[in-house]
Amino acid sequence: MDIPYTVEERPDTGLFNAKLGIWLFLASEVMLFGGLFSAYIFLRFGAPVGAFHEWGQELNIPLATLNTLILISSSVTMVMSWASLKLNDFKKYKLYMGLTLLCALGFLIIKYIEYTAKFDHHIYPSTNTFYAIYFTLTGLHGLHIIGGMIVLFYFWIPGNKMWDSKPEQFTNRIEIAGLYWHFVDLVWIFLFPVLYLL
Amino acid sequence: MSSGHDTADIQSHIKVYMTVFVALAALTIITVAASYLDLSTGEGILLALTIASVKGSLVASYFMHLISERALITWILMLTAGFFFVLMFIPMASFIDQTQIG
Repeated sequence: MDIPYTVEERPDTGLFNAKLGIWLFLASEVMLFGGLFSAYIFLRFGAPVGAFHEWGQELNIPLATLNTLILISSSVTMVMSWASLKLNDFKKYKLYMGLTLLCALGFLIIKYIEYTAKFDHHIYPSTNTFYAIYFTLTGLHGLHIIGGMIVLFYFWIPGNKMWDSKPEQFTNRIEIAGLYWHFVDLVWIFLFPVLYLL
Repeated sequence: MSSGHDTADIQSHIKVYMTVFVALAALTIITVAASYLDLSTGEGILLALTIASVKGSLVASYFMHLISERALITWILMLTAGFFFVLMFIPMASFIDQTQIG
């Protein structure tokens, strides 16, 4: 038996099931990151006046700016991969999905460079409360990038056979994966000024 | 599969995506530039979070298609936003409480 409402909309929700599912999941993700943003506010209030800003001076703003631009680019290539499927252009889908993965890899490499530079200067999560929340937030975000990359890679190569048999369902899957990916970008849009610039 | 009308719709969406991309890149540069302005901590936080909120709204509205999404999703997100702001208020309330006691 086929799973119902993978393509057609449910009459009561007006959505195909996976779309409602991903939005509920993203709502839970808002609360997950929200808890840590709340912890950030708590720790900032608890630190001596100006200490968070001073401790954050060690961070590399040009690299983080580059990473922000890379992640924004990956969001565009992600939505373009979905648009390509809507236009029945599978080759372009593969190209844009490949570029999305490349951007994600670039983001992680830059994050690795940033982390190792901190460790070389003996800066760890235990150094102070700023770095405790910095490593927690960016680490959790990095794990979301890795998780997203695994899913996107699956749809890029091993899982793309569905396009031949169920193209509409495959297109919906890419839309759902894209919603997750844009959320990860959205989280970084707030993490970047909060951690690096304030 | 895609009808002619769908194709035209998607083509116009693509133009919007590119415009949003340019806006997001420009706002990123503006955020960094603004951090070098001689502002008080409060003003700096307000400006940075305002720009981030505009960027976030662009991503959610256009890349995540919230602008044309069903009402059910909007309601779910409004409920989530309510809980999110409560979560942000908790540490601030604790700080206000502390300063009043201290």
